[in-house]
Amino acid sequence: MKSMGPLGRAALSLATLVLTATSAVAAPITIQDDRGHTVTLPDVPRRIVSLLPSLTETICELGDCAKVVGVDRFSNFPASVQKLPRLGGLDDTSIEALVALKPDVVVAGVSARVIDRLEGLGLRVLALEPKSMNDVQRVLGKMGRLLGKEDDARRLWNRVDGHIAQSAATLPPAARGLSVYYEVDAGPYGAGTASFMGEILARLGAKNIIPAELGPFPKLNPEFIVRADPQVIMVGQRNAAGLPQRPGWSAIRAVKQQRICVWVPAESDVLVRPGPRMSEAAALMARCLREAAQGPVAWPTTPFNAPPGGMR
Amino acid sequence: MRAKSASSATSASSASSASSAPSAASASSAASTASARIAAQFVALLVLGAVLLALGLAIGSLGWSPWTEAGDTMRLILWDIRAPRSLGAWLAGALLALAGAVAQGLFRNPLADPYLLGCSAGASLGVAALLFVMGISPAAAALALRVGMTGAAFVGAIGAVLLTLVLARGVTQSLRLLLAGVVVGVVLGSGAALLTLMNPDILRAMQAFMLGSTGYVGWSAVQVMAVALGLCLLTALGCSRTLDALTLGEDTARSLGQRLTLIRLLLIATLSLATGAAVAQCGLIAFVGLVAPHLVRSWGPTTHGALLLLSALTGGALLLAADIAARWVIAPQELPVGIITALLGGSYLLWLMHRRKAHFGGAGGSQ
Repeated sequence: MKSMGPLGRAALSLATLVLTATSAVAAPITIQDDRGHTVTLPDVPRRIVSLLPSLTETICELGDCAKVVGVDRFSNFPASVQKLPRLGGLDDTSIEALVALKPDVVVAGVSARVIDRLEGLGLRVLALEPKSMNDVQRVLGKMGRLLGKEDDARRLWNRVDGHIAQSAATLPPAARGLSVYYEVDAGPYGAGTASFMGEILARLGAKNIIPAELGPFPKLNPEFIVRADPQVIMVGQRNAAGLPQRPGWSAIRAVKQQRICVWVPAESDVLVRPGPRMSEAAALMARCLREAAQGPVAWPTTPFNAPPGGMR
Repeated sequence: MRAKSASSATSASSASSASSAPSAASASSAASTASARIAAQFVALLVLGAVLLALGLAIGSLGWSPWTEAGDTMRLILWDIRAPRSLGAWLAGALLALAGAVAQGLFRNPLADPYLLGCSAGASLGVAALLFVMGISPAAAALALRVGMTGAAFVGAIGAVLLTLVLARGVTQSLRLLLAGVVVGVVLGSGAALLTLMNPDILRAMQAFMLGSTGYVGWSAVQVMAVALGLCLLTALGCSRTLDALTLGEDTARSLGQRLTLIRLLLIATLSLATGAAVAQCGLIAFVGLVAPHLVRSWGPTTHGALLLLSALTGGALLLAADIAARWVIAPQELPVGIITALLGGSYLLWLMHRRKAHFGGAGGSQ
């Protein structure tokens, strides 16, 4: 809460004053959010609270990181947001601290419990739900509109989309069409073709062993994975330990040939957040497929170490 | 074991015949028909278990898929996945049901279940703490890996029971024990909830644990549970006379020469070992421990020796049936097995209660 002294705050308000003076005359902004609510702001917001890591990343990627005055517990990228006040998680957002920050707008996930309470207190809340690649494009458009940077948002989307296409295009032929099992949790829950990870895998031309009709994150019978016999397994470091020792799993091609890609927590963050870093996610998966096509993939040498947050 | 249970049923049936036998004159013939019925039930439950095991070998991620082809993969799936999983489900069900029967007899309370003394909350706190410290520091992660989920759950379950015993100042007062168990359950449970809230990473894993799963039961888990079941059955059957005497009240039991404190301690150790072993391997599977002894009692009056044995067999069959249903219904996806046990066991119990309202009125059924 004491990230900025009075001097810093004065400097910031001076800077925003200069900025607004040079930009166009204030015009109200109207956006329909993912709940279907219409949110109207008198002007481009100057103080923003973000309660979803991917939205925080979107704001920063659009160049307005300085406007973010508070974030949820799990926003950790870019590094500059780690100094901001932490306002709690999905179910335990600290309303008092949030209100004290006097944000012009709060951006949050649709499922955040705090939304109704904040609106009752007179705050403007934009609830967005980025889950798939299409969602990322839509949310990016809405955030661009909110920040008065619609052209930047369009350019950013084109860049992200272009990078993904490039990752796919530069894959060697041997790394294409490999069958992949992406494990989200040791349940075992896998990432289906309908999930964000599944969509990226599809863009890279990999064969997901989980058929579309099972939904985004089905809880599978472990036997299903042994029977599907994937060539590559992708798994977060939290769940990787003991995976080769599960009953019967030693017969899976990916286990036998040591083609298991283990994501360290920072990589998992990129892979599970549908946001502007999804081109990085595609690059990570492409790296995995490329390495797997060549031979055994080395496990990370650093021991598992992750502060709370995300699905690692 | 069969002969032992039958003989103990015959000899001790006089203790419980007060409520079951219609008159003193027909007491001896009632006792012999009862032991014949129990022997028949014993055999029937063993056969049911064997049939379910065979069914368990034939049902997997494709639904009904018996061993028709003779490939390497099929052999692996059968012997490394389906066989230990089915056997493990049966063993876990038997352990939980045995623990439930012991708890109901020991506390003379038809609502008692294996999780009565805080086992479930302790186990979930153990698992939550393990998952939580995994990411804190490399040293903690290394330690957590060595302990493993099963170790953490087992230590948590046993620790919770010990805490309950300390709070209740030993085992002499049943009411104090029950209260302490409830308190320990609530406190440790909220500890687990707090850890989960602080680190949503572990939410999915915790949920899977709370609903129970037999998906990863391998041969080593089967060995552990088989040894635990053997030990627990021997101890429980050895103490079954005391449980029979306890139905007449604690003072009467003591006056009949039972060493109550020692036997109680033994039975609580049995209860926690059985629950801890099952929970560590398969998570918190609901309802088997509560419903299995009730099912056995609903088939007719028994002494505790027979009740304990039949409950274990019933629980095994129930959980194995639930496990088969869990992998069959929406294959290749799986339902959490705990939901199915509650559905299967609960609806059967409801139906029984509906059919025989008059008999279920009294506490403890036909105990």
